[in-house]
Amino acid sequence: MLEAHGVEFSYHSGAPVLRDVSLELPRGSFAAILGVNGCGKSTLLSCLMGLRKPSAGQVLLDGEPMQKVSRRARARKIALVAQHSHANRLTVYDSVLVGRHPHMQGAPAAADHLVVREVLGRLGLSSYALRYTDELSGGEYQKMVLARALVQQAETLLLDEPTNNLDPANQQEVMREVRREVDEQGIAACAVMHDINLALRYCDRFLFLRNGSVDAAGGRECVTSERIKRVYGMDADIIEYGGSPVVIPR
Amino acid sequence: MQEDKITTANPLGDEPAASDAYARYIKHKRLAIAVLAAVVLAVAVFSMTMGSLQIPAIDVVRAIFGQGDARAVAAVQNIRLPRVATAIVAGVALALAGCAYQSVLRNPLASASTLGISQGAAFGASLAIIVFAGGAGGSAAYEGISTADPISTALCAFAGAMLSTVVILLLSRIREMTPESIVLLGVALSALFTAGTTIIQYFAEDSQVAAVVFWTFGDLGRVNKSQLAVMAAVTVFAAVFFFVNRWAMNAIESGEGLAHSLGISVNTVRLSNMLVASAAASTVIAFCGIVNFVGLVAPHVMRRLLGADYRFLLPASALAGAGMLLVSDILCHVVVSPLILPISAITSFVGAPIFIYLLFRGVSR
Repeated sequence: MLEAHGVEFSYHSGAPVLRDVSLELPRGSFAAILGVNGCGKSTLLSCLMGLRKPSAGQVLLDGEPMQKVSRRARARKIALVAQHSHANRLTVYDSVLVGRHPHMQGAPAAADHLVVREVLGRLGLSSYALRYTDELSGGEYQKMVLARALVQQAETLLLDEPTNNLDPANQQEVMREVRREVDEQGIAACAVMHDINLALRYCDRFLFLRNGSVDAAGGRECVTSERIKRVYGMDADIIEYGGSPVVIPR
Repeated sequence: MQEDKITTANPLGDEPAASDAYARYIKHKRLAIAVLAAVVLAVAVFSMTMGSLQIPAIDVVRAIFGQGDARAVAAVQNIRLPRVATAIVAGVALALAGCAYQSVLRNPLASASTLGISQGAAFGASLAIIVFAGGAGGSAAYEGISTADPISTALCAFAGAMLSTVVILLLSRIREMTPESIVLLGVALSALFTAGTTIIQYFAEDSQVAAVVFWTFGDLGRVNKSQLAVMAAVTVFAAVFFFVNRWAMNAIESGEGLAHSLGISVNTVRLSNMLVASAAASTVIAFCGIVNFVGLVAPHVMRRLLGADYRFLLPASALAGAGMLLVSDILCHVVVSPLILPISAITSFVGAPIFIYLLFRGVSR
């Protein structure tokens, strides 16, 4: 399990970006990290990923401090859907095959190809497996990025704004796929998100960040009008629709 | 070899058509590289048929193995084969270096020229020819042109080229730099080295300036067999090194964040690839002089034709670089025969139109 305890982080400028942040990501859960731009969401994800070393507190992976886990071992346990990745002249198949890098012994084996084909099939990407990624639509590309993370077969999936720049249908599809992975494969997922309603529909745990500190963490009950006002400075009503809470800005 | 052993079995019940199509796709890539290799071989043989003694292609092949007419054997083995081998090795090294620079710096303009490596070599050669060999050490190989000892010139050129690399690597270690900053640093170093060369030339004799200019023209014919062996050894090492790193390069191609998340130490890959690429390019430039555009254009053309998968882009770029230098060398000899034009000018004449064409066609990256 991936967990953070009392994590603090500052960039070179010195002002703390994260203050005493703690969270746990048990398997079978899908957490959303919410908050305004610049509140430290992506930095927290970087710390969880082991890409940034906290100035205080620690991140543990299966009980072991992250800094002691080898890069390869970490990559086999945590996969990242990065906010910025580049479409290029690699085919969808080969781009997804790159995700098997932590499992390769120098070159992909038959087993790696089997995993890639299985995930491409599961995400409905087989029909354009041989298209270059710079020829894909935004939705297709994001599904390819998700497929690349899934072939890592990691037990924790971190997503940095996975639905940015997608139309509503593709936003739903990407989140649905992640939810399905959580439910069917039993992985843990954690997404930095801006769309609270999308998070409410697909996530089961919520962590609100405000000025680098945890304002609230918990289930759907912590998503209240007062919290949205405090975190986002926005008046909103929360209504029930189809058994799920929906945030409606006033 | 384990790679790309695509099983046609379908134990997971996924779509067999997709895996068959991928196997065909891989086969096509390999076929394209084999065709490219055959073309390079044909151009190499054709190149050896030309000269004051016209030798039919079949006799060239026989002469390579020491058979046939003694004059043909002597011409091929002593003059033409070393020259063609130099063109192939230099083309492969420069193209591989360009491919590696463009990958790890994620910049389509990254090459030995834009990173200050060629300019560093010219500065080193100027030092050797003008400062270290000035006056008593100089000798007159050509009327009106003084030259330094070729070995010390090559060593100084290599040192100058590597100095540029070492400065870039040190600064990027001291303060973590983005790929864009590294390229800009290379541009600044290019300007510094060019300024240094200009100052040295300003205080030099005319014959010394002529020697430096002559060195920068580039010449495949000035490389002897032992120098060729050094170039070949460095090039083979670089080729193996890049091939081992091909999957890391594929990951970095898709984004640094992704590469980090896959357990790849991006900085280590970037620095080591730059060091090896610079060693390969510097060795070639030190022995052959400045050779423009090969490292820039060959990877671009192959990226467009075969895609950005470094499993195929590396060998394809290497072959394209070899082919480009072979064709340029042929043109050097035939355009105003019997004069031999500078190879650096011809590679630019061959490479620049291709580059402009690619820009107008909107090459990706």
